[in-house]
Amino acid sequence: MWNLGETELSALRLSLAVALRSVSISLLPAVIMAWLLTRRRFPGRTLLDAFVHLPLVLPPVVVGYLLLLLLGTRGPLGGWLDRQFDIQLTFSTMGAAVATAVMSFPLMVRAMRIALENVDRGLEDAARTLGAGPWRRFATITLPLMMPGVLAGTITAFAAGLGEFGAVITFVSNIPGETRTLPLALYTALQSPDGNATAARLATLSFALGLCGLLASELLARALRRWLGR
Amino acid sequence: MLQVDIRLQRGAFRLDANFTAPVPGVTALFGRSGCGKTTVVNLLAGLIRQGEGRLSLGDETWFDSARGICVPAERRRIGYVFQDARLFPHYTVRGNLLYGAARGTARASGAFEELVALLGLESLLERRPGSLSGGERQRVALGRALLAQPRLLLLDEPLASLDASRRAEVLPYLARLRDHYAIPMVFVSHQFDEVLHVATHLVVMDEGRVVAAGDVSAVSLTPALRGIVGPDAAGAVVEGRVVGIDAASELATVAIGDDMLRVSSRSLAMHQPVRVQLLARDVILAVEEPRGLSVRNQLRGRVRNITADGSGDLVEVETGSVTLLARITPAATRELSLAPGTAVWVLVKAVSFHPHATGPAAEAVA
Repeated sequence: MWNLGETELSALRLSLAVALRSVSISLLPAVIMAWLLTRRRFPGRTLLDAFVHLPLVLPPVVVGYLLLLLLGTRGPLGGWLDRQFDIQLTFSTMGAAVATAVMSFPLMVRAMRIALENVDRGLEDAARTLGAGPWRRFATITLPLMMPGVLAGTITAFAAGLGEFGAVITFVSNIPGETRTLPLALYTALQSPDGNATAARLATLSFALGLCGLLASELLARALRRWLGR
Repeated sequence: MLQVDIRLQRGAFRLDANFTAPVPGVTALFGRSGCGKTTVVNLLAGLIRQGEGRLSLGDETWFDSARGICVPAERRRIGYVFQDARLFPHYTVRGNLLYGAARGTARASGAFEELVALLGLESLLERRPGSLSGGERQRVALGRALLAQPRLLLLDEPLASLDASRRAEVLPYLARLRDHYAIPMVFVSHQFDEVLHVATHLVVMDEGRVVAAGDVSAVSLTPALRGIVGPDAAGAVVEGRVVGIDAASELATVAIGDDMLRVSSRSLAMHQPVRVQLLARDVILAVEEPRGLSVRNQLRGRVRNITADGSGDLVEVETGSVTLLARITPAATRELSLAPGTAVWVLVKAVSFHPHATGPAAEAVA
């Protein structure tokens, strides 16, 4: 059972790479978005909020299709990237990471928002009276105090990103060594008549990774909260 | 001079506050909960940026709606001690103290060590706020605000969340800071004894408006203050100085202008300035020189005016140098034929002290 072959190892490596890149892409925008949605009042905020959460309710295939329209080499943004920087997202690992980032973005924003809502604004006011401008306030008070949420959101998004299927297969297809991550490899194995053992191994692997991710997220958040003195 | 002239409408609540306060000194904003005191300090600090009017200290203007000036809170250099301390939970006490000190020279000049010693924080420096008592937290909050070297220090009911013994622990520190640093302070309180402890100047607020302002003695005679503290707490507050101590009889003589009061000398030192509160219900009037009484403090005076309120008559009496209040019944007013100008003897049964320096309140001998 546990002699992982090249198929499994390659899928595992790719899944890790895709999830890691996806998290690095979405981390900063997610912090900014959480801050905007929690701390700013502006027209269209509710609409933006809904838009951010769309990937949670849309079929992933729809998200992949929209990405294809927007970021495909003939799409407005994809065409520009192709011409200006010679970057093609379709059929590439980077494209898989982008699709994964879009799908896990709401998870990240949600966790950060909850954390941010729990940060006492009175503390930010106190920092103001001590001479701290907006950047210093954010860096020394708001961000450290919302860190448990940032961390939990990041780990959850990473764990979810290991297994993103629909958006990835629609946007970047199922190419061994390039875009065939764990769930895609699992799907492929199920398609072939002698793939049952491989499928079982891949499923177990996904299960273990997901569980580890969620546990790590919870434990880290707990440790951070202790460190923050709460 | 601190100048406050601000109008603000918030729902049904209307704030219209106009007063000036001398600098340096401690100005108490006194009034019931919800009268707008905290709104005034939040406007001063710049945490509320609304309304119309003008806020300035000396030649520095923080807010002037007519000229479109509104300096952001972080550039006003106004320290703020909040009711709930608001220490940063992820910093140690030392980190909290130094948070605002970066922009000043406090790190280099030894001001840090001095303040830590003054507030008795040496043993707490490496602890987290979560493990501190309420009184300790407020002391750290005081130190943190002062180390940012503010031009004005706001204190919003810094003692309200503390029980009586913690309050007694923090009050002396407050008085010490007031005397040690020449920083003007605005102290919000709804407890009159706290005001008597630290304030030099008093602004009384009611329902969003300033109803009395001036030095503590002058305001102590106003009906506006009585309206807030209640008829039982009415009484003149006068400033005096210890001019004699008789160790054998344990009596001290306190000079109030040209008048002398004899009081128990416990906890008093020679030449010490003291603030004396003479509650109107502890002051007795006589139209002839009284004899054979146990009351030791007798002053001569003249009735200035008599006002009736729900609890009887309140007589304002001018002695040589101060004005006192006496509570008597309307029947007594009639029987003694008291009227403005009547010469009277004033008998003081009890006084309570608020030494300007530290030390517990003392009791007078009857």
